[in-house]
Amino acid sequence: MGKTLAEKIWQEHVVRSAAGEPDLVYIDLHLIHEVTSPQAFDGLRLAGRPVRRPDLTIATEDHNTPTQNIDQPIADPVSKLQVDTLRANCAEFGVRIHSLGDIDQGIVHVVGPQLGLTQPGMTIICGDSHTSTHGAFGALAFGVGTSEVEHVLATQTLPLIRPKMMAVNVEGELAPGVTSKDVILAIIAKIGTGGGVGYIVEYRGSAIRAMTMESRLTICNMSIEAGARAGLIAPDETTFAYIKGKPHAPQDWDAAVAYWKTLTTDADAKFDHEVTLRAEEIAPFVTWGTNPAQGAPLSGNVPDPASITDAEERGAAERALVYMGLEAGAPLKKIAVDTVFLGSCTNGRIEDLRSAAAILDGKKIASTLRMLVVPGSARVRLQAEAEGLDKIFIDAGAEWRNAGCSMCLGMNPDQLAVGERSASTSNRNFEGRQGKGGRTHLVSPLVAAATALRGTLSSPADL
Amino acid sequence: MDKFVTLVGTAVPLRRSNVDTDQIIPAVYLKRVTRSGFEDGLFSAWRNDPEFELNQEKYKNATILVAGIDFGTGSSREHAVWALQNYGFKVVIAPRFGDIFRGNSGKAGLLTITLSQHDVEALWTAIEAKSDLAITVDLEARTVSYGHSSVGFIIDDYTRWRLMEGLDDIGLTLQQTDSIDSFEKTRPAFKPQTIPAR
Repeated sequence: MGKTLAEKIWQEHVVRSAAGEPDLVYIDLHLIHEVTSPQAFDGLRLAGRPVRRPDLTIATEDHNTPTQNIDQPIADPVSKLQVDTLRANCAEFGVRIHSLGDIDQGIVHVVGPQLGLTQPGMTIICGDSHTSTHGAFGALAFGVGTSEVEHVLATQTLPLIRPKMMAVNVEGELAPGVTSKDVILAIIAKIGTGGGVGYIVEYRGSAIRAMTMESRLTICNMSIEAGARAGLIAPDETTFAYIKGKPHAPQDWDAAVAYWKTLTTDADAKFDHEVTLRAEEIAPFVTWGTNPAQGAPLSGNVPDPASITDAEERGAAERALVYMGLEAGAPLKKIAVDTVFLGSCTNGRIEDLRSAAAILDGKKIASTLRMLVVPGSARVRLQAEAEGLDKIFIDAGAEWRNAGCSMCLGMNPDQLAVGERSASTSNRNFEGRQGKGGRTHLVSPLVAAATALRGTLSSPADL
Repeated sequence: MDKFVTLVGTAVPLRRSNVDTDQIIPAVYLKRVTRSGFEDGLFSAWRNDPEFELNQEKYKNATILVAGIDFGTGSSREHAVWALQNYGFKVVIAPRFGDIFRGNSGKAGLLTITLSQHDVEALWTAIEAKSDLAITVDLEARTVSYGHSSVGFIIDDYTRWRLMEGLDDIGLTLQQTDSIDSFEKTRPAFKPQTIPAR
């Protein structure tokens, strides 16, 4: 029987396999940031262990960093301590770091691909659940906790039990105005927040193959929102073209590409589970609740929990509507927001900024809201400025910020106030995620831009 | 890591599903650089509510948390595990867990037990009827027992052995250093390195 792409990558990285034990899996790249690493470095210090492969490790500052006044010391002393701790740890253990103000600083999942460090066939981990992003290159990439960060620092391996394999097929052609964000929100709504637990998801089908690299990154990024630790897409010419010319692209390009071309799921491989969506049936999608599976087409209404048969889901929906301050049956397009957030590891890349800027060009955002535009990395910001996108955002009335995770999780000052409502291109609408008492609607960059202009959840077709 | 063989304790019923790790501990509480002190942030958004289960005197000394389906989804923050441990929990029971949370728990020595929705409902009902109900978690026998009930649970042999012995994963892996050395010699030269920066 043939193998799936993920099975091939897994097999190529098994250092040791023994009956009744997890496989010991080699890790090709370890990405680090300030929040989930301090206790791991501490553990190394206590045990007197070095970092085994500093040359396969790279750090950046993103979760805590302010997006304004970055030339000044970080105002929050606790955030500052965490960032300073990362800098000291990297210096002590010889790890490359891109600090706030550095041209290669940015969200860890934006920085890896833009440096060309994310490549097909690799195993990549980071103490961050959105590490699944890198799977868009045909890599096996997943988030880990701090104990595992320490484990990889010390050994460059992880003991892992091989997950099951799921295929998510998206066949056909997406309608204009429908983005990969809408596709992944529709997938999560279909399979649920727990549907991917225990699986690696491979995204397949003509709609996926037609996507740009950055659209694919958005899809894989949110695999964890369906419970899957990793999601990946087979590499193809689109992938190779994206890597070519990046700083860390392979010097022996032909050897690398020859290998990358072997990274496909065999025709006779079997998946443990398979789900198929028709691309034509996917419309601009938004969330109405407090988990990413509580979403619906933007043209629809807030669902009535009474119509949900599953008791657990019904209870969750009832609680979500109370938290979100929404009435069952209300049209989603009537929901007014206070804040529009464009950014994050889901939608903070240059294509996301371009697509939103094209809608805002020459127009003004609604006077009832604020809009934050936070590039995913310092280089994305520079690229946007070179293209004049910053001017479009500023002229429209939006705030043009520096790179970081920002309002996606509100660890820095960019937060929602109690009761405030956002349309956000990020990945989680959990209670309080963007600030205590804040209410989040997850949207695509196109819906974010249209919403900023109209003041209520809107798609470009409504303009 | 402390050894875990058996535990006799009381439990808190948390009748909520999809309790993601942002609910267990919000991001603003993640700024510590130590492994302790996270109990203040545990379920912080709900701790202002006097009706919230953790605020009820009768559940004060519980060491077992019994939650709804999809507990610990979302963010990979191991701080969620530390917050539960710092607060005093040794065991979490739920019908299904987020993968990363479950993995983190195993590494940090917090036992996660998957029981069916039916068994969790029965446990909730029993705890709500008698808040000081003594519950025995026997990892060796793989059972959760209370009153006249005993329910078996599944845990892989390896994780069970590690928890029962209180073993450090890194120490175990370092015994395989020869295998890692050999593997590294077979890695293709075109795989990227972060140093020197290019």
